[in-house]
Amino acid sequence: MTIHTFEKVLGEHPFFKDLPEPHLDTVVGCVANVVFQPGEFIFREGQAADHFFVVREGKVAVEVFVPNKGPVTIETIEGGEVLGWSWLFSPYKARFDARALNSVRALSLDGACLRTKCEKDPTLGYELLKRFTEVVVSRLEATRMQLLDLYGRD
Amino acid sequence: MKPGDTLVVEARDLDSLLAALRQRGHTLIGPTRRDGAIVLGEIGGASDLPVGWSDEQDGGRYRLRRREDSAYFGYAASPHAWKRYLHPPTVVRWRAHRDDGGFVAEPDTAPPPRYAFVGVRPCELAAILVQDRVFLGGPFVDPAYLSRRESAFILAVSCGSPGGTCFCTSMGTGPKAGPGFDLALTEVIDGRHDLVVEVGTERGAEVAAGVPHRPAEAADFYAARAVLAAAEGNMGRSLDTAGLKDALYRHYEDPRWDEVAKRCLACSNCTMVCPTCFCATVEDETDLVGRATERRRIWDSCFSQEFSYVHGGSVRTSGGARYRQWITHKLATWHDQFGVSGCVGCGRCITWCPVGIDITAEARAVGPGEAQGGRR
Amino acid sequence: MAATDAASAIVSASDPMRPEPFEVRHVTRETGDTFTLTLAPVAGARFRPFAPGQFNMLYVFGVGEVPISISGDPAKPEILVHTIRAVGATTRAMQKLEKGDWVGVRGPFGTPWPVDQAHGHDVVFIAGGIGLAPIRPALYHVLLHRALYGRVVILYGARTPRDMLYPKELREWRSRFDVVVDVTVDRATMEWQGSVGVVTKMVQRSPFDPQSAMAFICGPEVMIRYAAQALQQRGTTDSSIFVSMERNMKCAVGVCGHCQFGPWFVCKDGPVFRYDRIQRFFGMREV
Repeated sequence: MTIHTFEKVLGEHPFFKDLPEPHLDTVVGCVANVVFQPGEFIFREGQAADHFFVVREGKVAVEVFVPNKGPVTIETIEGGEVLGWSWLFSPYKARFDARALNSVRALSLDGACLRTKCEKDPTLGYELLKRFTEVVVSRLEATRMQLLDLYGRD
Repeated sequence: MKPGDTLVVEARDLDSLLAALRQRGHTLIGPTRRDGAIVLGEIGGASDLPVGWSDEQDGGRYRLRRREDSAYFGYAASPHAWKRYLHPPTVVRWRAHRDDGGFVAEPDTAPPPRYAFVGVRPCELAAILVQDRVFLGGPFVDPAYLSRRESAFILAVSCGSPGGTCFCTSMGTGPKAGPGFDLALTEVIDGRHDLVVEVGTERGAEVAAGVPHRPAEAADFYAARAVLAAAEGNMGRSLDTAGLKDALYRHYEDPRWDEVAKRCLACSNCTMVCPTCFCATVEDETDLVGRATERRRIWDSCFSQEFSYVHGGSVRTSGGARYRQWITHKLATWHDQFGVSGCVGCGRCITWCPVGIDITAEARAVGPGEAQGGRR
Repeated sequence: MAATDAASAIVSASDPMRPEPFEVRHVTRETGDTFTLTLAPVAGARFRPFAPGQFNMLYVFGVGEVPISISGDPAKPEILVHTIRAVGATTRAMQKLEKGDWVGVRGPFGTPWPVDQAHGHDVVFIAGGIGLAPIRPALYHVLLHRALYGRVVILYGARTPRDMLYPKELREWRSRFDVVVDVTVDRATMEWQGSVGVVTKMVQRSPFDPQSAMAFICGPEVMIRYAAQALQQRGTTDSSIFVSMERNMKCAVGVCGHCQFGPWFVCKDGPVFRYDRIQRFFGMREV
């Protein structure tokens, strides 16, 4: 993929919508194309969280491994969504497992590289933080709804 | 004798009028003095009426007191409403018995009683017409209500002695009886003791024709009107209904309802004495062997916790929500459901509330006008 | 059997308060606490045509009576199907019914899903938990007249994969090329390879035209609130959203007062309501 295509793909992705040009250029500089096979782990709990992923196609299961139970899926992420936020926060280690449920095409962004750039240019940091906060908030709201167990027997 | 005629019956001939009704197969239901109150019950004749008695009513207060005359209907309102007879507290809707795994549900075939309601106040008559809309106005007509209603003879009595909690003039339901009566009488005691009787229906005309009477003259009309005028000026409460429905809709979430709830005991007295409240529940009672069952309809109240129960809990658990449900139903949503107000201004809910919560004061507090006390 | 005696005792069904006898023809266990009864009229009772979204009052002899949505095919009203969740005395008694047992039926009552109004539009069905049961008749109707509608989308959320209703039918519908089926669970099991998350998230990425689509939502009130919000965010107007409400019911004909929701009686002004009309009360507590 050429730089131009990356720019186009990123710019069209809901997560990066309206990101000012210069920042988009910076981000593009940290982008790579990735493909995951069904069942392949995208990241493991405890691993260094060096990347985050912009999912283009496919379905990813965010899992927790529960002893005596096995892996439990707590949420599924699909095309148009973003996967991974631990690269933003110390100790920069993944908190969950992420596993491709089918063939997943995504853009992988170098978190370590972006962190450095954000320190140097706080406006870039602010733009990224705004977007990630929105993701975290909506996941929190959804999790709360799931916790309410609305369909459960009361 | 025809509908629209007005005649005068001497008070001592009231008994003949009642006897005429009994002869036609009606069971007389009328006010009578019992247990320190004027209640409704089966009466034999005029002597069973609370002759010479009146009542004193105020928020959470009810007393009888002796009058100086021997008026038959010299009180304001009984704690009972005529809904006791048209929409009885308990009605068997059907019975079923089980055989071989199946069952049969049979309607209650007992013939409906034929009542003559003696002493129906104008506000109470208006309440009966309101309940007519509820039970007869929808796509499903309640057969239990219909059968009792059709045969009930209504002998209305205009109000000469409104009470401390009355506000029928505010609600447009009195003190003169509106349409819907068979006979309506105004008791005139000014030297003479007469009943000025207005004929409402053919049925009423037929009964009145057989009772000693004379046609009403100018002096009689004048005397009757004077009684009504005096009553109009003697209301214990008032309620400004202009814009009230919209005001209550706007104030659905007003913190005032939680304030009222601090006093309200959710005892449901108000719903039991209110002549328009119609909420009921259904109970199935089965015999010990499980072979025969009865489905009963029983009075219920929106003040009870279980009233709004869906699996998982009740929708209205707080007292404020339940009081709000009652008052907004009575004065606001009732309009959208049935085309009239649910309140007829009889004041019973104020009198019989143990803590004297006053619907006129509560409505005024959130109403379109200034908030003032509920008294005139 | 006293069927003939029973037949003569059952006169016309003009009294809406009296149940008519139906016999259990089939019992299907759906999930842990949910089951489906297939009923047929007996002893002179007659089947009643119904519109999707309507409900019956079901009576168990000597126990009690509850309102249950009809979940069968409106094109085949002679087979009466009710999917029921055992949550109280009466429904638990129904859970113990067997083939041949009798159930009293009164109805149908209530306002239906506006399937005719939806002609020419995309139709989005959003169901949560047992909410799929009252939606299914509308689904049957739309699929029977498929050409009259635009895109058809089914979004269904359940507690866990084991609590899903009608899994076989969901797979059948999904296998159709002219229907989009998206299913999610709150909590996954080991084997579950599908989506995990809230139903509202599915609304965000679902392929329907928000400007012209009509949405039919059935499920817990909280879910309805958030689903409607998600639809609004995509640009669907509140007058195109229809929801099914639930309240305590005793008579089902608007005279017992129990089912009141603001100025409406859920039994006769509902259970299906247009969202813009009730939105104000929907957001209020304890109404």
